[in-house]
Amino acid sequence: MDYLNALVAFLNFVFVPGLAYGAQLAIGALGVTLIYGILRFSNFAHGDTMAFGTAMTIIGTNALLALGITFGPLPTALLALPFGIGATILLVLFIDWLVYKFYRDQKAKPVILVIVSMGVMFVMNGVVRFIIGVRDIQFADGERFLITARDFKEMTGLDEGLAIKTTQAITVVVALIAMALLFWFLNKTRTGKSMRAFSDNEDLALLSGINPDWVVKVTWMIVAALATTAGVLYGLDKSFKAFTYFQLLLPIFAAAIVGGLGNPLGAIAGGFVIAFSEVTITYAWKKVLVYLLPENLEPDGLVQLMSTDYKFAVSFAILIIVLLFKPTGLFKGQSV
Amino acid sequence: MNPALKNTLLFCFVGFLLLITGILQGWNSALFILNMGLVSSILALGVNLQWGFAGLFNIGVMGFVALGGLATVLVGMPPVGEAWSAGALQVFAGLALGAGTVVGAVVIRKKLVGRARTFGTLAILVIGFFVFRAVFDAGVVAIEAVDPALTGNLGGINIFGPHRDANDMLLPDYFILLAWPMGGLLAAGAAWIIGKTALGLRSDYLAIATLGIAEIIIAVMKNEDWLARGVKNVNGLPRPVPYEVTLQSDPGFIARAASWGLDPVTASTIYTKLCYTVLFAAVLLILLWLAQKALNSPWGRMMRAIRDNETAAEAMGKDVTARHLQIFILGSAICGIAGAMMTTLDGQLTPTSYQPLRFTFLIWVMVIVGGSGNNFGSVLGGLLIWWLWVQVEPMGLWVMNLLTSGLADGSALKDHMIESAAHMRLLTMGVVLLLVLRFSPRGLIPER
Repeated sequence: MDYLNALVAFLNFVFVPGLAYGAQLAIGALGVTLIYGILRFSNFAHGDTMAFGTAMTIIGTNALLALGITFGPLPTALLALPFGIGATILLVLFIDWLVYKFYRDQKAKPVILVIVSMGVMFVMNGVVRFIIGVRDIQFADGERFLITARDFKEMTGLDEGLAIKTTQAITVVVALIAMALLFWFLNKTRTGKSMRAFSDNEDLALLSGINPDWVVKVTWMIVAALATTAGVLYGLDKSFKAFTYFQLLLPIFAAAIVGGLGNPLGAIAGGFVIAFSEVTITYAWKKVLVYLLPENLEPDGLVQLMSTDYKFAVSFAILIIVLLFKPTGLFKGQSV
Repeated sequence: MNPALKNTLLFCFVGFLLLITGILQGWNSALFILNMGLVSSILALGVNLQWGFAGLFNIGVMGFVALGGLATVLVGMPPVGEAWSAGALQVFAGLALGAGTVVGAVVIRKKLVGRARTFGTLAILVIGFFVFRAVFDAGVVAIEAVDPALTGNLGGINIFGPHRDANDMLLPDYFILLAWPMGGLLAAGAAWIIGKTALGLRSDYLAIATLGIAEIIIAVMKNEDWLARGVKNVNGLPRPVPYEVTLQSDPGFIARAASWGLDPVTASTIYTKLCYTVLFAAVLLILLWLAQKALNSPWGRMMRAIRDNETAAEAMGKDVTARHLQIFILGSAICGIAGAMMTTLDGQLTPTSYQPLRFTFLIWVMVIVGGSGNNFGSVLGGLLIWWLWVQVEPMGLWVMNLLTSGLADGSALKDHMIESAAHMRLLTMGVVLLLVLRFSPRGLIPER
């Protein structure tokens, strides 16, 4: 029995990756949930908005690197992030003006807007592929590790190492900053408050003189910023590929729905619930269990509940369970 | 212009497009587009049944198509005897245990109350899962060990095997046609399970649920090698039409080809494709006839009444959830049939080729552009959008070449632009969808 090594193995293989992935999903789900709360439709183009923002950031990063500018030990992409966010804000505002506004003025049914967002998804997917291609792109530079497994072993004298990638640490820090900023904005500023009012009761908000166009514009801006941040963090941690981002749509929606669509706090909780379930269910627990069980009980197999290829199935199963037993999500979301 | 004339003209226009393709790019590619277009039309009919008739938002079409593809392997391939004796029993016992666990959990949930219910359900699920894995995994390992380079799976039920003539040339195997209804049945079964859990949820939730289940079906097909070899693909599925090589070695056919003024190779490829066209057109016409009958029956009117106002329909005593389940299963079964036909046409099952943009969202573009709620619209949308999907790439390349003609050869921008022409498809489809939604939201042939 060796609790300490077991704990470190657990932290290294389950907790840290789950935390980083959860933070990425949470920021992605925040974007989905904000669109749902204010504009009242499920935005299928969200994954591709993330891809577009990331593609722009990669281009910015390459430009900075060409100028010889780096961010020291941190990835240069963080410096290019504002550029990516700016470009994405311009794009979504343009799309809103060109496409969504028409249906909003018509008061079209939400499901029509969902189909419209499918069209936007196609276009954005094409644009991203057009700009940056379909290859797998690694754009993380700077220090790779905050602490390597080897250093950790030497420092503590344990058998198991705890490696923390720089990108994982950055993900968590940036996510915390983004969430703090968002909640400060929603709760303290005038525009933020009018956004919440608009989300709660559109008619009442309009009656009290809130300018709907401004609320919608600000929402798109925040969503673009969140989507780009989530996309860049995910890309730094893993890699960028247009198609993967499209596929992220499923866990992100699962996170938003599990937390309660339209509820920002729920989106964050949902992100972590989905991420940790995916990681724990697809992780081979043998590495942890060797330390916990007496030698004669040591497992023969990998003690992996499901192969990693089924991680979609995990987010989906959780989604279904929550929907069946708590249709408005863990935190109370909107039910239309 | 009266609607009947307009619709006839629209279909004539699609025929004209195919004709032009035939003249400019050869009849082989025109027939290839037509065949896939017919399958696409069937898919669109299925989606139209769900969306146009009942307003169900299913974006898991890809999953049902893939199940249809799976059916062609399970029906068309010969059984792998060794694998069956090695582990089939265990795999099936494992699956039965898994199903039993779920049923047991549901029963326990119904029978018990309070804390006992929660713990009882959990206990059954957890114990059941580990028993299932223990039995199932051993069987899978045994099956996948059987000649993994060639089979490693259970194979299908086609015990009649490949048919050959006296000269050892392959002959058509009509047994594979059985895979089409089987694909429909598989898809219907999956739809029943999904419908039982997800129907009755709000439309966006149903959308996400179907999106998820489609991804899971693809994941299962990629990873469960014992079933249909996973990413190792299944090649050489039997065909219900004559093989080109067999035709080319047949003196009678060569003589006939010569009398048409064609060389044997071209004649045989066209002949084979035409056989498929006839088969597919027959299936499409039957399904279209059935869908029209359904649309104009009391049942069809009830469906549209439910779609337009669920509360009112419920007040009239209609069981909305049951009707939704019914039409969801029917529509998915049609998608399964189309999926089986598609894999039969390809002659191979490649799970990695199933992409949601191509097999789910493109079908939606077809339905919306054609006119949701109108069966003829779906058929038109299927043919037209499929033609566009195939032709956008060469057209995009042509446009790019034109745009970059001023640039020097080998310049980075020019290379990038020409390379990017391949991605014009998605862009074009999105633009077409958005334009139709904006300026003609009821589609080319609107619902009557």
